Amino acid sequence: MNKKINLIEKLQTGIPGFDHVSKGGLPTNRTTLLSGSAGSAKTVFAAQFLAEGISQFNQNGVFITFEEPVEDIRRNMLSFGWPIEQWEKENKWAFVDASPQPNEAHIITGDYDLGALLARIENAVKKTGAKRLSMDSIGAIFTQFTDTFIVRRELFRIAYALKKINVTSLMTAERIDEYGEIARFGVEEFVADNVIILRNILEDEKRRRTIEILKYRGTNHQKGEYPFSVSPESGLIIIPLSAIELKQKSSNIRITSGSQELDDMCNGGFFRDSIILVSGATGTGKTLMATEFMEGGTSKGERSLLFAFEESREQLFRNASGWGIDFEKAEKDGLLKVVCEYPEVTGLEDHLIRMKEVIEKYNPQRVAVDSLSALERVSTLKSFREFIIGLTSFIKHKETAGLFTSTTTSLMGGSSITEGHISTITDSIILLRYVEAYGEMRRGLTVLKMRGSKHNKDIRELTIDENGMHIGKPFRDVSGIISGNPHLVFRGEIDRLDDLFNNDA
Amino acid sequence: MTKYLLKLYITGKTARSDRAIKALKEICAKELGNKYELNVIDVLESPQEAEDDKVLATPTLIKSLPPPIKRIIGDLSDREKVLIGLDLVKNV
Repeated sequence: MNKKINLIEKLQTGIPGFDHVSKGGLPTNRTTLLSGSAGSAKTVFAAQFLAEGISQFNQNGVFITFEEPVEDIRRNMLSFGWPIEQWEKENKWAFVDASPQPNEAHIITGDYDLGALLARIENAVKKTGAKRLSMDSIGAIFTQFTDTFIVRRELFRIAYALKKINVTSLMTAERIDEYGEIARFGVEEFVADNVIILRNILEDEKRRRTIEILKYRGTNHQKGEYPFSVSPESGLIIIPLSAIELKQKSSNIRITSGSQELDDMCNGGFFRDSIILVSGATGTGKTLMATEFMEGGTSKGERSLLFAFEESREQLFRNASGWGIDFEKAEKDGLLKVVCEYPEVTGLEDHLIRMKEVIEKYNPQRVAVDSLSALERVSTLKSFREFIIGLTSFIKHKETAGLFTSTTTSLMGGSSITEGHISTITDSIILLRYVEAYGEMRRGLTVLKMRGSKHNKDIRELTIDENGMHIGKPFRDVSGIISGNPHLVFRGEIDRLDDLFNNDA
Repeated sequence: MTKYLLKLYITGKTARSDRAIKALKEICAKELGNKYELNVIDVLESPQEAEDDKVLATPTLIKSLPPPIKRIIGDLSDREKVLIGLDLVKNV
């Protein structure tokens, strides 16, 4: 009835992407269970929750470790750029060391509780004025104290006490199966108003990390698994996929493709914020189109960025000069940046994060990727689709033009998997195809689609010489090029077909 | 016989705390005579001390001397185990 009541507040975590996926962060003053298998980055998440709090929001934190020794955590987290030791000195971060003490055996002689632990936690929170708290990982306490009944009762008591002292807390727990029970020892039953699951799945011999918010009692969140990556410099980065909103602005400004003839075919050039896909078999001129697209930018004083996954810098620069384009000068002038990488060096999630970083830093007006198919090779279908969506939406948000190339597997006609995933989110598609005519292989080009604009529908001949590419006359006498089955058509037949549509009779 | 140095951590004045203190004093009087020093610490009053000793459970009895250091957890109602923990009987 009263809509203003209820509303569970959320505490912004500052972990990149998480606040988007969780629609605001972690439920304030509640305990959230973070469950994951071994190596799923639970400890990093738990530490980052506190680190981002200190560095971004001026909120202090308490870290309770049940497993790793304090010294190890300090050292491990330093590599992410979190100076825990310094924060401890400044009274912003406090440890409660509940890790097993190796040299001291203990004997149980009767009933007990974890009153000392609770008193220590409360003491640390009071001392630092903490707003955030992480416990890592509570499974370890079940191995220290074997009476699960007592441990459960005590953890429940701790979670309840934390609610009263106004801290937002995170408890990590282990799970055995990626898709099995939520956590070992059934801990979710007593702490979990909220459950987050981290996964580290082996898929086609590749590791894929995902995060899923399983439940947030009484408040909303994005559903399903989201890929994330652990960057060695900055910790977890979550890629909020379906959380991406289709709210890009749209521009009517045209930019040049780098080729006057192609601009004419596109009714004056590509749109400023459009995504263009160039698809063709090997050797049809895709890299050339990407090169010309870059040159079209630099010649107009636009910052242009090229990601190359197939050729080295030297090769690209040599090829460009072979087509009469001086990449070296453009780079010296600061108008061109070429990033060459082997697709295999890292996973696709990391590629995406790196590419975003480069784009963010260089702030180009146009971006080309040559080729997407090379990246497809190193990933599973699912990650690839997420990658494409992540990249295109990012580029579009920045109102940057993007040109992607994709390789078709068959020489004649055909389509690539890339196209299947990307065609609906691209604004323009240009097909490059081989045409066999009179015992000769020639190249054909057509603008298949162009959103929001008229375009020429001919299949034109494409020739390449020392000045780059040229678009010639339409193939009037050849039919079946796109379907991969070209055959000659007699002139008389073409005229007859033209008449068929022209005459109103 | 060397002097025993004992610390007993408790949480507040609860029935469980009282049971532990009573049981411990009884054992000490019987087995150690006056050759012991007992320090009872309430974690609610001195949490920092519990932090330094890394105590999690209460009641916890720590025997610092004579070595080796031993931790005895619980309300000390199992007399046999307490004696083993204090190295007063051989664990057969």
